[in-house]
Amino acid sequence: MIEMPDTLKFHFDVDGSDFSSAGEASVVVKKKLRQLGYPADIIRKVSIAMYEGEINMVIHANGGTAEVEIHENEIVIILSDHGPGIPDVNLAMQEGYSTARENIRVLGFGAGMGLPNMKKYTDYMKIDTKVGEGTTITMKVYL
Amino acid sequence: MTVFAVRGRMEFALMKIHEIKEILGAELLCGDESMDSDVYSACCSDMMSDVLAYVKDQGVLITGLVNPQVIRTASMMDMICVVFVRSKTPSDEIIKLANDCGIVVMRSTLRAFEACGLLYTAGLSRLPGDRNA
Repeated sequence: MIEMPDTLKFHFDVDGSDFSSAGEASVVVKKKLRQLGYPADIIRKVSIAMYEGEINMVIHANGGTAEVEIHENEIVIILSDHGPGIPDVNLAMQEGYSTARENIRVLGFGAGMGLPNMKKYTDYMKIDTKVGEGTTITMKVYL
Repeated sequence: MTVFAVRGRMEFALMKIHEIKEILGAELLCGDESMDSDVYSACCSDMMSDVLAYVKDQGVLITGLVNPQVIRTASMMDMICVVFVRSKTPSDEIIKLANDCGIVVMRSTLRAFEACGLLYTAGLSRLPGDRNA
């Protein structure tokens, strides 16, 4: 008899060199959660939060890694990068504040809604950041 | 416009994807199998950040922005149809992605303002209680 693990884990390397591929990991996660039969509202919350984070990693940090852990009571998303870090987290959390350049805005992003949106769609969000070293964002959606 | 649905006490219009195509005189680029799907509302934006922040149950995205993130954004928001206006032509890569995500893609020669106006006049409106999109 094969025992199912208590926790399902997925790892993604997010390529920071190609903006057109940004969001690929989130699409995969959305499909996996659908296959696993999670409710539509849970899937939407997880995938939007992760997508925003993935886009942020590509725009600001030249990519990074994304870990998704599916536990019995929660889905955990951990996004880590070695980018420039966030000097003022409170400022970055304000809707409309963005440091994205014009070349990103013409691609449809950089409206300063990424971090606020990640918080809005998750039940828990923690930002660990150090200027010059990088950022790790942990988000949880409770099941 | 063929059907009205009721949510709470308010009635709102349902529109089929093929009706949207006809109203906009649009060219279908992929998703033929979903033409009988119903949508309740639409949104129009070239800013995917705003779509992610404000959209709530809109089934159609009208945009003049052409890149793969348009399709990924629509997919994240459970939208089922993307209309590229101003004759913007998506690449084969974008069409393949839309097919993978089960999203109908159309192209219209209309400007975004005209496309929105025609759909609104035909009965497609915002959802009751949705103040943001």
